[in-house]
Amino acid sequence: MAGDLAFFYVFAAVAVGTSLLVIGQRNPIYSVLLLIASFGALAGLYVLLDAPFVAVTQIIVYAGAIMVLFLFVVMLLNAPREEPIDPERLVEPQGARWFGALLAVFLLVELGWAVARGSRALFGRASFDSVRVEQLSSVRFIGTVLYSDYAFAFEVTSILILVAMVGAVLLARRHEKEV
Amino acid sequence: MIPIVVAQIALLLFVFFMLLNSAAVMVYMERKVAALIQQRYGPYLVGPHGVLQPLADIVKLLFKEELRPKAADRYLFVLAPIISAAAAFAAFAVIPFGGDTTFFGLLEEPVPLQVADVNVAVLVIFAVASMSVYGIVLAGWSSNSKYSLLGALRSSAQMISYELSYGLALASVLVVAGSLSLRDIVDTQAGYWWGFIPKWSIFLQPIGFFVFLTAGIAETNRAPFDFPEAEQELVAGYHTEYSSMSFAMFFLAEYVNMVTVSAVATDLFLGGWHGPFLPESWGWIWFLIKLSGLLFFYIWIRWTLPRYRYDQLMAFGWKVLLPLAVINLLLTSAGVLYFGR
Amino acid sequence: MATLNDYLVLSAVLFTIGAAGVFLRRNLITILLAVEIMLNAVNLTFVAFGRFHGSVDGQIIVFFVMTVAAAEAAVGLAIVIAMFRHRGTLNPEAFKTLKW
Repeated sequence: MAGDLAFFYVFAAVAVGTSLLVIGQRNPIYSVLLLIASFGALAGLYVLLDAPFVAVTQIIVYAGAIMVLFLFVVMLLNAPREEPIDPERLVEPQGARWFGALLAVFLLVELGWAVARGSRALFGRASFDSVRVEQLSSVRFIGTVLYSDYAFAFEVTSILILVAMVGAVLLARRHEKEV
Repeated sequence: MIPIVVAQIALLLFVFFMLLNSAAVMVYMERKVAALIQQRYGPYLVGPHGVLQPLADIVKLLFKEELRPKAADRYLFVLAPIISAAAAFAAFAVIPFGGDTTFFGLLEEPVPLQVADVNVAVLVIFAVASMSVYGIVLAGWSSNSKYSLLGALRSSAQMISYELSYGLALASVLVVAGSLSLRDIVDTQAGYWWGFIPKWSIFLQPIGFFVFLTAGIAETNRAPFDFPEAEQELVAGYHTEYSSMSFAMFFLAEYVNMVTVSAVATDLFLGGWHGPFLPESWGWIWFLIKLSGLLFFYIWIRWTLPRYRYDQLMAFGWKVLLPLAVINLLLTSAGVLYFGR
Repeated sequence: MATLNDYLVLSAVLFTIGAAGVFLRRNLITILLAVEIMLNAVNLTFVAFGRFHGSVDGQIIVFFVMTVAAAEAAVGLAIVIAMFRHRGTLNPEAFKTLKW
């Protein structure tokens, strides 16, 4: 469908554009907000991939919970704008610069070649067929697999969350003696 | 014959304008009910019984000067009310408010009375609700004012705390209905037990309903949980620095959020558009009646109960409401396993 | 209809942006955000491959990645707060006491 392709390009452009701006400007609060927009675009891509449950989870967990955490920290620390780098420190041996630039170009070409050739060789034309779409987007089926095949991993994750919670509280706590 | 697409666009616009309208009606009702409770008249000068008062308010707000504090962050200050209002309206898109209808024979095929039928509707509402936190936090931060920041921090902490109970109360209904689509959930509530008790989830889930409504009131920042705008302490909370239309957008978002929470409660717990006496195609009347009842409850409770203290609010949310919701979910799951659906 | 290749290219681009962010930015919070971009790029490949092979395992891995990302963000931000209290800056170059 042509509509799908158009949506793909719109969401992809938004995701790439906002991600570039996240790392491209110095105000951390704008970075956080732009990353939320990027996550929204990714959620749109998940819908195109017949994974509405992942899309909604992306918004709830990533955009709604993790990013709120970031926003809170940025606000609480009143995080300052990043200072531009000291120009004196930028002076480096010319050879290293040239080598770095050359390496970057080489890696980019290699990556492009690998993605273009390798994936085509592996997956043929690699268009998505419409088999089992019904099952893929069904929350019930995802739940069944999650709580049977992945039950152990699921339980272990809960311990991870607990450890992270205790760790975060312990780390961010103000120690009376030291201060 | 009108094609389906036109009908759906018309439906979309209709829902949008009705939501705008509902905010105006709610403002009027709020003032009238408040006056009734406090033995006053309330607005009575503009139009018969003051019914045109909301219109006058809107005109006043439109023509006021738009002020922006010098130290405010220019972009975020403008963006915050837009996020708030957009999130409030977006959530209503997935809420069904009536059965299939052909609009009195205008259409060949019946269309559902709903803007978008999504099979993960309940989660979409949850996701959009989690987005509305940003409007408030950004408003508070970008205003660069103490009161705004304190109001925003309180509000977001409150919303995040109560979102858990809200979600767990939703989950217990989902377990009973066995679906994530609001339309399916409403349809499982059609019919009667023993011929006279309607099969509404509220009778299966009284605790769930209590938790949902309490958390819903806290989510929409209404009294007795209206800390973000506690006048006596914080002037007006996160929208202290806002004026004119941007203030109106926060105001609008608050009322539309109330309507949305009530509509979700109607669909999940009160059987949606199912009710006695009326044929299926007139079900939206039942929906409106139930919705109005819940909205009246909102206003009633606001003018009856005093505000909590902030620590009491947090203690209530984490130590009472959340355990209650967890126990309710466990009991419900056990019941579904034992008795079947 | 977008093909699997399109999704893989997009994911590679996003991952590169994230990696570049980690190298370029000198703000601990932005660096953590760049890590999130990389995680999301990988999530996208998981879902795309899952869709391609007609299996839900890709989606399930994404849930695990999200949980780990949440844990990572919580602990990471706690460390950032502790470090900010210690030095009063978010510049990673200020924390080089262990460097010889």
